[in-house]
Amino acid sequence: MMNLAPWKVILVVLATVLGLLFTLPNLLPANVRDSLPPFMPKSTLHLGLDLQGGSRLLYSVDTVALRNERLTNMAEDIRTTLHDKQIAFTDLAVSGGEIGLRITDPAQVNDAANALRQTIGAPLAGAGGGRDVTVSTGADQRLRVAFVPSAFDAEASRAVEQNIEVIRRRIDQMGTKEPEINRQGKDRIVIEAAGESDPEKLKNIIGQTAKLTFQMVDENAQPEDIAEGRIPPGDEILPSTDGLAPSYVVRRYAPITGEMLTNAQPGFDQNTGGSVVTFRMNGIGSTRFADITRHNIGKRFAIVLDKKIISAPNISGVIPGGSGQIYGRFTPESANELSVLLRAGALPAPMKVEEQRTVGAELGADAVKAGAVSAIVGLVLTMVFMLLIYGMLFGGISLVALAVNAVMIIGIMSLTQATLTLPGIAGLILTLAVAVDANVLIYERMRDELRAGKSLISSMEAGFSRAWGTIFDANMTHIFSALIMFNLGSGTVKGFAWTLSIGVLTTVFSAVLVTQVLLAWWFRATRPKTLPIA
Amino acid sequence: MKFWPLIKVLPVRTHFRFVRLSRVFASLSVLAIVGSLFLTLYPFKPPCGGLACGIDFQGGTVMEISTSPAPADPAKVHAALSGMNLNETVQTAGGPGLALLRFEAPKGADISATVTQVTNRLKGAFGTVRVVSTDVVGPTVSGELLTSGMLGLGFAILAMLLYIWFRFELQFGLGAVAALFHDVFLTFGLIAIMGRLGKIEFDLKAVAAILTIIGYSMNDTVVVFDRFRENLRKYKRMPLGEVIDMSINEMLTRTIITSMTAVLALVALAFFGGPTLYSLSVIMLFGIAIGTYSSIYIAAPVILLWGVKRGGDDEEAVPLKPATVR
Repeated sequence: MMNLAPWKVILVVLATVLGLLFTLPNLLPANVRDSLPPFMPKSTLHLGLDLQGGSRLLYSVDTVALRNERLTNMAEDIRTTLHDKQIAFTDLAVSGGEIGLRITDPAQVNDAANALRQTIGAPLAGAGGGRDVTVSTGADQRLRVAFVPSAFDAEASRAVEQNIEVIRRRIDQMGTKEPEINRQGKDRIVIEAAGESDPEKLKNIIGQTAKLTFQMVDENAQPEDIAEGRIPPGDEILPSTDGLAPSYVVRRYAPITGEMLTNAQPGFDQNTGGSVVTFRMNGIGSTRFADITRHNIGKRFAIVLDKKIISAPNISGVIPGGSGQIYGRFTPESANELSVLLRAGALPAPMKVEEQRTVGAELGADAVKAGAVSAIVGLVLTMVFMLLIYGMLFGGISLVALAVNAVMIIGIMSLTQATLTLPGIAGLILTLAVAVDANVLIYERMRDELRAGKSLISSMEAGFSRAWGTIFDANMTHIFSALIMFNLGSGTVKGFAWTLSIGVLTTVFSAVLVTQVLLAWWFRATRPKTLPIA
Repeated sequence: MKFWPLIKVLPVRTHFRFVRLSRVFASLSVLAIVGSLFLTLYPFKPPCGGLACGIDFQGGTVMEISTSPAPADPAKVHAALSGMNLNETVQTAGGPGLALLRFEAPKGADISATVTQVTNRLKGAFGTVRVVSTDVVGPTVSGELLTSGMLGLGFAILAMLLYIWFRFELQFGLGAVAALFHDVFLTFGLIAIMGRLGKIEFDLKAVAAILTIIGYSMNDTVVVFDRFRENLRKYKRMPLGEVIDMSINEMLTRTIITSMTAVLALVALAFFGGPTLYSLSVIMLFGIAIGTYSSIYIAAPVILLWGVKRGGDDEEAVPLKPATVR
């Protein structure tokens, strides 16, 4: 106690000053904070969504749907390949994550398999060669075509990345407050938008696949056939939102797709004044659009978004320039939304919401208030209790250690921009309340040693050296439970675990070192003969 | 100034014979554990048994809505949502115009789109509706959360066992883990009872609270064990039971003071922290009481039951010795 190592004093002073420096921005109003000199830290505590209000959306990328979509396209390739080789087949279908078909002539089974092995799918990257699909033969002249699992996993993973890219582009186009977009695990995407307490708009922009196609309406389809469920081959029935008919029968073949668009903008129709979306196509699109309009004057084509028909206008003349307007039942907002989606492109893989958490800004403000009030009450109670038990001097020293501890925790949290949640505030209060345990252990040890007949000075020394092991062991247990909470997966619980872990580290530092320095100063200044707590 | 500071007034050394009562308390604890287990599991309803399952683990939607200035009439809410097949429950709480709406989206429906639909229907029925908060958890995520929550509890207990084993001896570790199981089971019992009273749901926050209790209970046990190990080395001839009693008595002042500070902070949280922190702080309050009790009446007596390896008279005890099983 007498020879207090200078490094301890320096460390304590340094930690306190730095802690205060990084805590300070939290206490200043925003305009003062902005006018601080550049070397001063400016970041405040990063409040979680439950405290500032906001939305969190967890999407999963539907890899099953992605696989089926790829397989459906592949089935068309198979049809073409076998047709070219003049191999007859039946029962071509996608089911259970693979394509099945039956070759009519048993003698052609091997030829068919070999032909498919050479043309279907894509070559694998790397030196090994091979393709990303396997073709296997089974009993009864059956062939099965499936993805190599590792190749499909890589593709799914790429699709998730591309989805994130598209979502970024869409949100950039929106020009609103930037949400955080992160990948989670293999096929999950987390979007957190602070302050956004109405996630509907966000969901509209993010969640839509936005696959645009132009498909011809099948004018020859007989309503009687459709009513009896006989859909002409190569056709499909799609629901419509144009308000004129509940659904249309359209050709499956889509000559024009969203990828061919180079631009899309909201606008107004010159004649009716209604909202429309104007678009411009690239070279291929323009050529095809001109061809189609030339050959189908008087017929209708359907503008389809995600398998829903927006409108089915009549072709009144050739449209050569590759630009046009999409009519529909738009409001200015929905026209803007659609043009954002079209500009940013379609999602490569469909997604669905797995988890949604929204907290209104008001509720967040209430939570901040509740957290602050309970924190203050809890700390004041703890402080009064410590003063009652250990008196002004020793109780006071533990309170200074507590204050340094609090300042360090808030400083570190502001510096690292760790998220503070409402349970995090609870963790903070509990940490501080239990932090005085280290002081109690030290003080009680001193009293024990004194009772055992040791001198005052060696009792004080022993108080620190022998309580240290206990304090260390006891705090390690908190670290363990906090580390495990990190892996629980929920944002609010993570916030709790994070404050708990920072708190344990600062507690060990402040309760031991700060207490030691203060007690040494007291000892040197007064040269006491007895301990005020014994 | 005669009564202040209090530390001078508190008895310097107590001489309670804790060990003598340990049989009685151990039996009571076993009864309590059996009761808690029963309440936790019965009526075996998946996924949470007898606990009031929160949406974290069960999946579903909870919306807090405000229909103010119109009163949040549950019948009107039900009427607005009729035909959607949601099995919704409506609870008016927290003030005029406020209601808590719980439902489960029909199988196969988009859970998020269902929320949009519900909001639109309510807006149609009430005019203005403000959504205060929404929590939607899909079936995949809720299953994962439940698994990771339970694994978390298991790992926490295992980590504690290994740490105590490493720092003390296996017997100490077993004693500590017995105390942990005791605390965790009784806490589950509390959550089950509070759940039946409609006060506390079993969700991720509850798991976080239990994990904190595990940390705290261990903290308490470690402090007692530390003194126990020291006294074992100091008094090699003293019967084990007396060493345990002495160690607990020596640490009693500390145990009481630390528990008190934690209790004070948690009471403040329970009273002023609002509904989110209520369950967290009530569970932790209970856990701290139980944790303090179990350090004294479960952890130490278990050691007595198994015995520990003690050095002979002339053998120097080695600190931080790795575990040795008899």
